[in-house]
Amino acid sequence: MNATTGHTLPVSPVSGDLIVASPPTDGEGSVVTTGTADKRDIGSNLPEPPLMPLVHRSRMLLALDDIAEGLRLWRLALSLGWLDIRLQFRGSRVGPLWLTLGTAVMIGSMGMIYSRLFHIVLKDYLPYLSISMILWQIGIAGVTQDACNCFISAASSIRATRLPFSVQALRVLVRNCVVFGYNIVVPIGVYAIFGLLPGPVALLALPGLAVWALNAFAFCLLLGSVAARFRDIPPIVASIVQVAFYITPIIWSGKQLGAKGWWLIFNPFYSLLEIVRQPLTGEMPSLPVWCTAIGLSVLLWFSSLLVFSRSRAQLAFWI
Amino acid sequence: MTSASSVPMRPSSAVSSAEPAFIRLNHLTLSFPIFHGGARSLKKSLFGKVKRPLATRKAGLTGGDVRMSEDTPGVVEVRALHDVSLTIRAGERVGLVGHNGAGKSTLLRVLGGIYLAKPGMVMVRGSVETLIDTNSGMNPALTGRENIYLQAQHKALRSAQLKALEHDVETFAELGDFMDLPVKLYSSGMAIRLGFGLATAIAPQILLMDEWFMAGDARFQDKALTRLAGVVNGADILVITSHSLSILEEWCTRIIWLEAGSVRMDGPTQDVLKAYSETMNTHV
Repeated sequence: MNATTGHTLPVSPVSGDLIVASPPTDGEGSVVTTGTADKRDIGSNLPEPPLMPLVHRSRMLLALDDIAEGLRLWRLALSLGWLDIRLQFRGSRVGPLWLTLGTAVMIGSMGMIYSRLFHIVLKDYLPYLSISMILWQIGIAGVTQDACNCFISAASSIRATRLPFSVQALRVLVRNCVVFGYNIVVPIGVYAIFGLLPGPVALLALPGLAVWALNAFAFCLLLGSVAARFRDIPPIVASIVQVAFYITPIIWSGKQLGAKGWWLIFNPFYSLLEIVRQPLTGEMPSLPVWCTAIGLSVLLWFSSLLVFSRSRAQLAFWI
Repeated sequence: MTSASSVPMRPSSAVSSAEPAFIRLNHLTLSFPIFHGGARSLKKSLFGKVKRPLATRKAGLTGGDVRMSEDTPGVVEVRALHDVSLTIRAGERVGLVGHNGAGKSTLLRVLGGIYLAKPGMVMVRGSVETLIDTNSGMNPALTGRENIYLQAQHKALRSAQLKALEHDVETFAELGDFMDLPVKLYSSGMAIRLGFGLATAIAPQILLMDEWFMAGDARFQDKALTRLAGVVNGADILVITSHSLSILEEWCTRIIWLEAGSVRMDGPTQDVLKAYSETMNTHV
């Protein structure tokens, strides 16, 4: 398995925790020998394999190794994520198009109700609502909740074969990208109906989406590991996301708050949402929003690497 | 039975055959922490045990040692493997015997890199293939063919190799039209054929099998033997667990007898099996 997945190491680190270097390294303190074979050893009269120094690798390096190995298996992650969607709708006539239809119905009815409640003209409100809802529902709320089940839902395959754990994170990412693709059709349709064009500034949403993808991957490693150990995490995350939906400008606009909206920047979801939404609603992305978003992402990556590297060896026992 | 299709193909890369496979376990101890399910009532009963520290365990108990963790206080853990040290060299066909819960499957999972032991305890050289779970990592909702594709991607095969793999597994498994039906509709014997065919299609250097893979009709066993002979040829290692002593006698060159997570006996097939069946008989 390892030899065919591109390992060129003399010894595949199947245990995941050690690597054997064939020529002894420069005698660093981290080099440990395997010790002599046990007396119980029976077997053929073959000469003892030469003792080789074992180089212990830190948990962080092993975690990064796991991620690199997972990225190398991107084709597998792509198929797994895509198959997840297909299996979800296997036997259905409409298939994954249900994702689009369901969203269209929801946006249509919400637009009707809230434009009445807020006394805004539908033409002004519906495009904003549609893009906000999709970005929130898939890009933030959906990914966050999916991330919790990243490893739990893959329990049977994790216990059956050796696969880098990061493949499961990539799989969640792929799955959500597909869902996003089916859903983004709705706001595009709304924009087309009202004849709106966000203009070339919309292209600035692409770096924002790239940040989202990176964050989603990190989120899977972080929340997936924590949720595998503490099963109370998924419901807690679900309620936090529920509350965040109301305190983040999604169905309402930040401009409605006026000067009272100074606290919005302290809502982590706000800046992350705005880096993609601002360009798509035709605004130039603002600097404080991007700075906050980048800062948050760095923090997220740092903590997810820390948590993932410490829990990786235990994950198979937890799920 | 020795048709060309039943001889597994070798991976084209020379990496795997460069050095002989080998396995070394160095005082391997493995404990499962129990966090979910029944832990609270377990804790009570374990604290009860502490009050009677002199109560001795009966020999031949099922399962590992359930106790309070030493590393993390307040956590119940099962010690599935305790101080296992052994070396398996290329060419050996090793059978694992022992009671239910003696640690056989856990040991296979450690060798397969599914359960990660503490650094320095496990050293495995060579490509490893595991046949442990009933669906061996196959997705039951997908068809047999789709599972083959997934496996091929897992091994990062090129499309030409994929075709060869597909053909090879298809000929071996003889599933006919079932190949394009979801695996969950398969009988257990059919699932075994597919799983076995897939795992042995690209000859691993080390093959780890759980006993249920020995199931299947006589014809399948014959075919499986022929195919395995190709895999275990030369420098490769086979480790299987089984309760069927006749299968072990036929297939293995060495038997390791596990009891409550430790090695009770390790030696040539005849000797260990003799001792093992004697103990079984006295217990019954």
